Amino acid sequence: MTLAAHQLSLGLSRGQKTLDRVSIELKPGEILALVGQNGAGKSTLLKALSGELSPQDGEVRLMDRPLPDWPDYLRARLLAVLPQQHNLSFEFLVEDVVALGRYPHQTGRKHDDQLVEQALVLCDLQELRRRTINEVSGGERQRVHLARVLVQIWEAQPEGHRFLLLDEPTTGLDLHHQQALFQSIRTLANRGAGILLVVHDLNLAARHADRVVVLHQGRAVVCGKPNDVLTTETIAQYFELKVSVQPHPLHNCPLIISH
Amino acid sequence: MVAIRTRPLLIGLTALLVLVALATLTTGPVEMSYRQVLTLLLRPDSQDTGTLIIWQIRLPRLLLAIQVGALLALCGTLIQGLFRNPLAEPGLIGVSSGATLMVVIVLVLLANLPSYLPPGLRPFLLPTVAFVGGVVATRLVMLIGRGANHSPLRLILAGVAFNLMAGAGIGLCAYLSTNEQLRTLTFWSLGSFSAAHWTATAITAAVLVVVATFAFRQYRPLNALLLGESECRHLGFDVPRLQRRIIYLSAAGVGAAVAFTGIIGFIGLVVPHIVRLLVGPDHRKVIPLSMVMGALLMLGADWLAKVVLSPAELPVGIVTSLLGGPFFIYLIHRQRSTLT
Repeated sequence: MTLAAHQLSLGLSRGQKTLDRVSIELKPGEILALVGQNGAGKSTLLKALSGELSPQDGEVRLMDRPLPDWPDYLRARLLAVLPQQHNLSFEFLVEDVVALGRYPHQTGRKHDDQLVEQALVLCDLQELRRRTINEVSGGERQRVHLARVLVQIWEAQPEGHRFLLLDEPTTGLDLHHQQALFQSIRTLANRGAGILLVVHDLNLAARHADRVVVLHQGRAVVCGKPNDVLTTETIAQYFELKVSVQPHPLHNCPLIISH
Repeated sequence: MVAIRTRPLLIGLTALLVLVALATLTTGPVEMSYRQVLTLLLRPDSQDTGTLIIWQIRLPRLLLAIQVGALLALCGTLIQGLFRNPLAEPGLIGVSSGATLMVVIVLVLLANLPSYLPPGLRPFLLPTVAFVGGVVATRLVMLIGRGANHSPLRLILAGVAFNLMAGAGIGLCAYLSTNEQLRTLTFWSLGSFSAAHWTATAITAAVLVVVATFAFRQYRPLNALLLGESECRHLGFDVPRLQRRIIYLSAAGVGAAVAFTGIIGFIGLVVPHIVRLLVGPDHRKVIPLSMVMGALLMLGADWLAKVVLSPAELPVGIVTSLLGGPFFIYLIHRQRSTLT
């Protein structure tokens, strides 16, 4: 009952493997952080998990059923994706963009409006709802699209568990809204959704993720709880970075200080 | 965005369309009063000249202008949605010239072709070849203009390149054509409603109903596509199928329009733009409003074409290009930051 990649291999250019026999499993209710250097294959893995790229070898299964076998509209009720960049050049209102997230569902206008309302509140967008998407800042736009994907998988579905893939969702967000972002995806995880996010700040991964996967040169090299994965040795080996790792003074997680 | 309510706007524009339509029926080389027009409209079977003028000349022309205006605006909306770019337009990206090239080839190089067809099928020949030309052109431009995040520059350049090639083809046909054919060709390349007849009106009406119905039913995926191809996919829509549908619908629309009236530019660019400024980019509103506004603008342009040099008349394509060209320059100016 997971979103699982099994021995996934995929080359974007000829003769070079961007992903090399990657197996990962995203369970309902957990937050899984995907970390790694630039070019490690994080975004490619995300695209393979969402079905946007088809692997040359291996397969992705959603709820034990191969991903390509899912009809598009049903898959969209269970699996939402927040991409890294947004290039919407048409002037939708903020609330209309959020409402696009309800397209896969047939739950009626009234019900959808209520969910959109909740998502706007959760992402702190009530003030901006009547602005057009070009009138808000980059960080605000990121929140608008977050609200859109939250509303897409907000409610439990009879077809199975829900999963959310986020590609560097904290980019462009101020510290306050980074916190708020993790709070809202934790809320979603507590409601039974599995969440995978690509993140560069190891301390954010350490603090908020239940498990961390390190991707290095197309391979998933380490996977486990933040305390076990984010060690001085692992970070030195896969990030080419000298750090000290201490217990966090307030939370039960590692605190990484670079030298 | 001004955010005007959709329904009152739609009703207002439709009312205005009816008024302008009546005004158009009174104008022409033979002056008529509104009262005359109204009585003649109620007597389609009478044999006097007035009835003939209204029923055989002005009414088909009026209806064709309305339908072609609606079709071109609708296709403009669809193509701008397909390319996620408010500067795309059937004329600019080559759909119209692809359709025209095919029509011209049939008219000049295959002039005998219609005589091989059963008489019942002859009126469908030109719309069909125009449709084929439109599909090929859109496909080609999509292929060339692909990648680089659908940058407008690349797309417009692809359209320019295709328009140049189609222009060369049309020029070659003109060079090979007889005097009489040359006159017809000039008519095609400028666009005019003066040859309107009931068969053309009926075929265009059928195409309009089909294209508009299918297009409107796609308003959700069309909206989702504005977010981007992968986002549209993540929202549960089959993007390649959607893109194919848009291409075929707009090629059918432009094909029908081009087959009977020639190239009429800029309606497909200007109208969706104005509509989006008024009500935002939601296709549920943009599709019906664009159609009404396109019809209105086209009727206005045709009226201008008739009265400016009365009793002679300008090809309507010249009027729309005269009005649309400056508007396009204004749009480029406004979009300067995103063009590079």
